[in-house]
Amino acid sequence: MAETVIASQARSSKKPFLTEQRRSRITAYTFISPFFILFAIFGLYPIFFTIYLSFYKWDALGPMKYVGMKNYDLITSDPTFWISFSNTLIMGVMGTVPQLIIALLVAVMLNSAMTRFKKTFRVLFFMPNITSIVAVTLVFSTLFGNNGMINWMLNGLGLESVAFNSGWWGVKIAISTMVMWRWTGYNAIIFLSGLQSIPMDLYEAARIDGANRRQQLAYITLPLLKPFIVFVTLISTIGALQLFTEPYVYLGQSGTGSTRQEGITMVTYLYSEAFRNGFFGTAAATAVMLFIITIIFSMINMWVSGRMNGDTEGGKA
Amino acid sequence: MSSLQTASSRTPGDTGLIGKTLFYILLVIGALVSIFPFYWMFVIATNDRGAVFHIPPMLSIGGEFLNNFQRVLERTDFFRALLNSLFVSSMVTVSVVFFCTLAGYAFAKYDFPLKNGLFYFVIATLFVPTQLSVLPTYIIMAKLHWIDTYKALIVPAMVNAFGIFWMRQYISTAVHSELIESGRIDGGGHFRIFWSIAIPVITPAMATLGILNFMNVWNDFFWPLVVLKNSEHFTIQIALQQLFSNRDGLDYGMIMSATFTATLPLLIVFLLFSRWVIAGLTSGAIKS
Repeated sequence: MAETVIASQARSSKKPFLTEQRRSRITAYTFISPFFILFAIFGLYPIFFTIYLSFYKWDALGPMKYVGMKNYDLITSDPTFWISFSNTLIMGVMGTVPQLIIALLVAVMLNSAMTRFKKTFRVLFFMPNITSIVAVTLVFSTLFGNNGMINWMLNGLGLESVAFNSGWWGVKIAISTMVMWRWTGYNAIIFLSGLQSIPMDLYEAARIDGANRRQQLAYITLPLLKPFIVFVTLISTIGALQLFTEPYVYLGQSGTGSTRQEGITMVTYLYSEAFRNGFFGTAAATAVMLFIITIIFSMINMWVSGRMNGDTEGGKA
Repeated sequence: MSSLQTASSRTPGDTGLIGKTLFYILLVIGALVSIFPFYWMFVIATNDRGAVFHIPPMLSIGGEFLNNFQRVLERTDFFRALLNSLFVSSMVTVSVVFFCTLAGYAFAKYDFPLKNGLFYFVIATLFVPTQLSVLPTYIIMAKLHWIDTYKALIVPAMVNAFGIFWMRQYISTAVHSELIESGRIDGGGHFRIFWSIAIPVITPAMATLGILNFMNVWNDFFWPLVVLKNSEHFTIQIALQQLFSNRDGLDYGMIMSATFTATLPLLIVFLLFSRWVIAGLTSGAIKS
């Protein structure tokens, strides 16, 4: 059959301009072009324009005025910017670290041989992820109200009520909880697919060689799961740096509430600079800073995972 | 796959009954934490507006849903927002599924210069924070006079990197090259072969991508918040957030009846297709 393919190709390629090969390349480029056109307009060009814009003073309407590094000076000397920066990091850690650990545990449990109703549990654990962030925030704002269920439970345990909607830590705990609730199950499912991609005979072989459970975990499961852990951590970190909707909705009832210091994030700062105050230059500078921070964190992530490679080869999934 | 799991289920014995019980208690607690907010949403939606901060917490379903929902309709054009979201999400989804399948097919089944480089480029764009492009995209939309229109929501989202990645992974294993070859021998054009030979084989993957994408667009908040100005154009998420923005004694019964109604369609779609959605996500992540 392969011969007939070649024969038919040879027949059609009587050296016109459009050889079969050329035609198929043009087709392929046409098929992938929509993405690249769209990305050029709404992804690539905006990135460069954002960098350019960060050196200008502009309200999106009038003429642009070159101001050099002034936008960067303005935001780095604005305490609110630094508060938004530290809030983003604090809530990033609070929302992501426990979340990934719990997700890993859930995945191991769901993958465990003795778990019955696996499919049902998977669906239940994944359900939070289908709700919109707005809905999640609205529901949790009732649970975290001053007289809400969480405080009722704290009181029941003999603890003081926490001001989840105005306290410095209260707001952060509430917001991180929302993030965790929505994403833990999702990440558990990703980890679970990683666990299921590990061949069972590896464990069989290890067992025959007398490896106990802990050794199996350390020398088979974790190294082979590493690409998944790296991927999930990276995606979660990037997501955490872009935190916006939860604090915006949660604190935003009174209009400008979302810029309150307990919960302002870098993206909230960016949003409010551009679309509330009309300072597109400083907003662009904020976006550039956010991008640099994202790159730094991604690199740390890669570096740490590279270091963790150790003696056991973390194979590719 | 299930035979593998039964094979491994011969390991127990080293964990006793207590360990087993604890194990299931933990799993059940996790599952309860996952679904309780859905139930709570419904409880608040069906009780009167004082129920939300009742002590001890109210946990039974009441009969006030229609009254609460009536107050939603007094304050916003809820169904209009629902239809807006349905329209935008459907348009984006149809387009995403089509263009991502097309591109994934090209990356999986064609040879062309720079193929791998371009594919890695597509993957790399996944890691660029969207906020970096928000301001210029807003300006583009203003120049095009697309602010406060659905075009601003639909056009930039018409094809995405995740979809291309995912379709490529699926197509490279599901569509056999011999099938394509034989189509070519029969004299089929490139698009005809794609349409009548490849597509029928990969509809499950397309459906999964469609569902995932639909949920994402339906739930999107940041970009609609930026570009939509007029309340009659609001998507459901913006409409929900607006209900929450009055400070004079929040009417949670009203808010939750709206939130529940807005969540229900996705919940139904998810529960109907949960196997596909979860399988889709996991197999998409496997090769990353």
